[in-house]
Amino acid sequence: MPTAEQTLDEILNLAATHFKVPREKLSPDEDFFKALGIDSLQTLDLLTKLENHFHVELPDYELQGVSDFRTLAGKIQARL
Amino acid sequence: MQNLNETTKNIKVHEGKATPANCAAQGSGLSWALVDGVIELALHREPCNELGSAALEELEKFATAFRKMEGEAHALIIHSEMKGGFCAGADLRELYQRSQAMEKPEATKGVRDFLERIHRVLNLIDASPLTTIAAVHGVTFGGGFELALACDLIIADKMARFCFPELRLGLIPGFGGIPRLKRDLGNAVVRDLLLTGRSVNATKAQQIGLVSQVVGEGEALRAARATAAQLGKFDRATAAAAKKFIKPIPHEELRREIDLFCELFARPAVEAGLRKFVESTDAQPYLP
Repeated sequence: MPTAEQTLDEILNLAATHFKVPREKLSPDEDFFKALGIDSLQTLDLLTKLENHFHVELPDYELQGVSDFRTLAGKIQARL
Repeated sequence: MQNLNETTKNIKVHEGKATPANCAAQGSGLSWALVDGVIELALHREPCNELGSAALEELEKFATAFRKMEGEAHALIIHSEMKGGFCAGADLRELYQRSQAMEKPEATKGVRDFLERIHRVLNLIDASPLTTIAAVHGVTFGGGFELALACDLIIADKMARFCFPELRLGLIPGFGGIPRLKRDLGNAVVRDLLLTGRSVNATKAQQIGLVSQVVGEGEALRAARATAAQLGKFDRATAAAAKKFIKPIPHEELRREIDLFCELFARPAVEAGLRKFVESTDAQPYLP
């Protein structure tokens, strides 16, 4: 099982690749909506990408209020 | 853009020969063509094929043409050309604006009329002797999910997501989604999706038996065409008889769903839920 830091790193890499944002511009505590410039449909895309990558289910309501990569990583880590 | 009543001169077709006259049309929100025995209905209304009054009118025109084309075809494929997904469901902004412009009883009557009309279209697809395939990607929510559920097979690209978000508005799915999902899957699955309002991805949807094939990103239509080509090898009367035997239309529950939807729609909570959605600037309005 990956460590929390590894999970966080994978999320940042995946988000950077999928939304074509330079990886070095993304930081763990940043608001990912702003950092990635994504709308609601793209947020669902990100959710699907994460679920497929980590082979987990993330109920949408668990993401309510989550806006930074580190908290997101914690939600995923809890389901690995 | 040509009128739906006209036959197009430049039909968009995939590999194969288009069948001439009356078997193709292009409208502002959808178009269709009959090619090699397969009717392809493409949805292309901005932003994500929301189902409002204009979309319904076009679907009804398609339904009329569909009846005429059925004898020349063995399969129907419904797919979306919009990047965001297959269909984001009912046009909630239109629903809210229209309901604001009239008294509640009149608004409820209008909603019932809309539901009965869209049920007629979806029942026609559901009961068609053709084998029907929804090729989906991205957002397949609410009414979009219900459109897919009217089809015999759902082929999903791995980025597809399915959801019944209606409860957050104080409503239930109104386009036949509950009876059809209950028919096709267990009641526990229906309760999970209906009562939590959560969305599930294509892999999960396949695990629970909703999706027949999960394919790579952008591959759903190709896979649907390959499946449709295979279906063309079978005796049509046998395939139609098999479908009729195994896929009953839950007419009574569909009717009761309309009644319950209208009953719920008349409550003040719905207006508040619709207003919240329409006025939301939240980046996550699609999340429960």
